[in-house]
Amino acid sequence: MVADIIFYLFATITVVAALGVVSVKNQVHSVLFLVLTFFTTAALFVLMGAEFLAAILVMVYMGAVAILFLFVVMMLDVEFASLKKEAARYLPLGLAVGLVILFEMVVIITQIHIEPGAAAVASDVPNTLEIGRVLYTKYLLPFEIASVILLVALIGAVVLTFRDRKLAKRQSVSKQHARTREQAVELKKVASGEGAS
Amino acid sequence: MPVQMPDINLGLMLPEILVTLLAMALLLMSAWYGKEGRGTIGWMSIFGIGLAALAVLSGGGSGETTFGGQFLDDGFSRYMKLLLCIATALPLIMSLNYVRDQRMDGGEYYVITLFSLLGGMFMISSGGFVMLYLGLELMSLSIYILAAFRRQDLHSSEAGLKYFILGSLASGILLYGISLIYGSFGTLSYAGIAQVLADPHFHVGPVVGLGMVMVIVGISFKIAAAPFHMWAPDVYEGAPTSVTAFMAVMPKVAAFAVLYRILLVAFPSLHDQWGPVLQFMAVLSMAVGSFAAIAQTNIKRMLAYSSIGHVGFLLIGLSTGTIEGYHGVLIYLTIYIFMSVGAFGLILILNREGVGDNIEDYKGLSRKRPYLALLMSAFMFSMAGIPPLAGFIGKLYVFMAAIKAGMIGLAIVGVLFSALGAFYYLRLVKFMYFDEAESEFSMPISVSSQAVVVLSGVIVLVWGVFPGSILGVTEAAVRMFQ
Repeated sequence: MVADIIFYLFATITVVAALGVVSVKNQVHSVLFLVLTFFTTAALFVLMGAEFLAAILVMVYMGAVAILFLFVVMMLDVEFASLKKEAARYLPLGLAVGLVILFEMVVIITQIHIEPGAAAVASDVPNTLEIGRVLYTKYLLPFEIASVILLVALIGAVVLTFRDRKLAKRQSVSKQHARTREQAVELKKVASGEGAS
Repeated sequence: MPVQMPDINLGLMLPEILVTLLAMALLLMSAWYGKEGRGTIGWMSIFGIGLAALAVLSGGGSGETTFGGQFLDDGFSRYMKLLLCIATALPLIMSLNYVRDQRMDGGEYYVITLFSLLGGMFMISSGGFVMLYLGLELMSLSIYILAAFRRQDLHSSEAGLKYFILGSLASGILLYGISLIYGSFGTLSYAGIAQVLADPHFHVGPVVGLGMVMVIVGISFKIAAAPFHMWAPDVYEGAPTSVTAFMAVMPKVAAFAVLYRILLVAFPSLHDQWGPVLQFMAVLSMAVGSFAAIAQTNIKRMLAYSSIGHVGFLLIGLSTGTIEGYHGVLIYLTIYIFMSVGAFGLILILNREGVGDNIEDYKGLSRKRPYLALLMSAFMFSMAGIPPLAGFIGKLYVFMAAIKAGMIGLAIVGVLFSALGAFYYLRLVKFMYFDEAESEFSMPISVSSQAVVVLSGVIVLVWGVFPGSILGVTEAAVRMFQ
């Protein structure tokens, strides 16, 4: 009973916050709503006994991804007003398509009969332990491939953004050491009353 | 509790391991040697793909699995990986000079291409949806980067961003579908799902259908089948031509292999559910490919629509749900690689000569560069499916399989669209042979690009005249999984 109330409380906050992400004007507020969505979703995971997913959601998505979003939103100077105007033109069509999909999904998903015993993990085993057991054994290969994907993302980020600036001022220690007195200092005889040129 | 390791047999993964090690070594090399080393790195990557192809050929392909059935090594996967290596190596050979001319500097271009190949290989060998998804992401992520590689060009950046955003959406849909399938079957391996479906007590609910359709949608996006093709013309046009040549073929090979595994291995008994979906997409793709291509003035856009049309023909073969149908798909796909690489290769060569991407620029090509014009006409005739060339054989087998499966209406529609599509292929031939030249052709042509194009041309001709040489190979690949 209490669990039900908590569930509906968090679920409502999640949905309202998610709506806030896409509807508020100020994009910084939008990211903050996103953080709220992540947090309440994490709470929902805890209610379902999936504490590992909840922790990951808080640590990775709230702690890293959302903060990065915040940085990007603050640093990019994007004219959101014109984007919004453009998006408003397609709003009716988008809403219509969304409603049709929602209707279809509701029709289908209400037909699912959930069997109480069908939980993926036995209730007496903490699922962090269970994930730890299979991640490096049964799912070793997918784990390794995921690391390759991250490597590609890393290379891609560097390749697409790194620019070798010609004008950048760099220090070359060996050049500095190799410099002789003749290259560095120039003596000029200045005639009195005329000034240096 | 003791830790249970799955069975690990790394020997089966030799091609993948080779490609991974090579890519990482080349990454270090490109950081070390900088711009001076990129030519060497290019050739080394091509050489490495050749090695991987040899490893593919030398291996057993005996149907063994490793990592608890997550990685399959059968004759089918060996054949598809060989195609994948060809579809990666040929565009790479052509792009060596192009990459230098376009100042897409550094060896990273080749490294990312290799990682993309790796993703495709894992997709082909996937034994379940987890591996499928990871392979798909590895392949797509690499191609997003490649599409945006000419970053000083606004079109290229736009292409990369567009492909990335729409691709992420498609991945989301795919994942949602996979989660629904997992919820219904309690397993993510293709063999496991087939086993559950074989159980007569298992009730196939509508959720299974929804999950399956979402997976099909997610993968259809990658092969640019209508109505999920919207990104293709813009991305093909904006991406550097060498990348376009690569992404027009490589992801299709991997995605069709995966579609085979999902539809014919995991869900063969639900053919009456997914068959009509694929038929609908096939007809729509052929229609889009034929009608929209006519209005194009840019040759890369025209070829993008043409590739959507080809996907339509391929989907006919797949939608039959029979082994003959998939045999047709394999033949068509094999031939398509060479037609498409050849056509894009010619665009690359002519790009270097200062010919633009407009179809008008090809006017009078036959007088200036008679043998290039001849090759281009050969590819166009082959894509149109005109008999003495290989493209005809591919279409013939797909249509025959459709008729055998009782889908005569679909076969007739296919033939009609094929005839309609011939119009715009022939229009290009007309421009090249019957119109006066408006521009000058001057620059020298690189030997390696020419070699690839001539090879493709010869293959398209030889397979058209002597189809037996390809049929034997594909039939052997198909028989592996009967």
